[in-house]
Amino acid sequence: MCETCGCGDPHRVSVDVQEQILSVNDREAGHNREHFASHGVLAINLMGSPGSGKTAVLEATARALGGRARIGAITGDLETERDAERLRAAGIPARAVTTGSACHLDAAMVHRALHHDSLAGATLLFVENVGNLVCPAVYDLGQAFNVVALAVTEGEDKPLKYPVMFRKADLVLVTKTDLLPYLDVNVDFIDDALARVMPRPAVLHLSARSGAGMERWFAWLEGRLSPGGADRAETAAHPHHHD
Amino acid sequence: MHEYSLMLALVERVEEEAAARRALAVHRIRVRVGELSGVEPDLMESAFEIVRSGTICAHAALDIERVEARWECPSCGRGVPGGGRLQCATCGAPATLVSGGELLLGQIELEVP
Repeated sequence: MCETCGCGDPHRVSVDVQEQILSVNDREAGHNREHFASHGVLAINLMGSPGSGKTAVLEATARALGGRARIGAITGDLETERDAERLRAAGIPARAVTTGSACHLDAAMVHRALHHDSLAGATLLFVENVGNLVCPAVYDLGQAFNVVALAVTEGEDKPLKYPVMFRKADLVLVTKTDLLPYLDVNVDFIDDALARVMPRPAVLHLSARSGAGMERWFAWLEGRLSPGGADRAETAAHPHHHD
Repeated sequence: MHEYSLMLALVERVEEEAAARRALAVHRIRVRVGELSGVEPDLMESAFEIVRSGTICAHAALDIERVEARWECPSCGRGVPGGGRLQCATCGAPATLVSGGELLLGQIELEVP
């Protein structure tokens, strides 16, 4: 007989949970976010299609801001360390996370990478997500800002086709503008498409190759770096232990 | 496809709840999936088929309630139609997504002793 209610048979109950399906990831992301906040780290989740120019933007950012911020990066790819190698060559300590077949980084992957010594001391941390305009948008990593790179070569209607990614973007970098003379692409149409999927469209047009527009991106970053960030750099390791 | 890892997370959460109540079986799982959640309900169903086998959810039904995206002006409360610019036509304020972004585990129906 049932100890609780005295009935003899199993019965059905409905349990009202009302919880995010990704609550475990969200908790892990919250942990990362606390870590970034307490150590004065500005964490940016950089997303975009494969080939949208994410790595090139970071290489140029390292050259320009290397003296003003301690930059670190976590790069996500299905295979290879190539992006991490490119960033290290540009002077950014970078930790590669190879996801195998997973199409995105999650908060736990970022957390594990944070424990790596090479990222200790970074005050500006870029998480260069897996090249993909769909899945990475679903997973919170604990970042302060989502930045999405969109190359002019991807066409004018990408924002309308992938609204979820752009809805989550705090800033969109329209990259490779040096190629515009060779393309039948009107950037005004890209901006218009972005205004239909982003309630607060924030868009910068730039070319990492020619340098055009890059100053505005650097200024955007500098405006968000914590003033005391560099002074607290020594404490930015991730020292606590986990089972 | 992230629907697979999403369904793994769902089944783990349901298993937790079932264990806490010493459930004998899970009959039904109700989820709410927003149009702008970034998740495809059809892919979610096929991923669930794979993930549930061998778990207490093996014979559970997955009810997916699809939620349409609805934007609203936060200052004047007017609806802002999707597809157009997401700023209020009257006051210019950026629209707020009031529904359609959710990815929620709603209820679980369990068989308990």
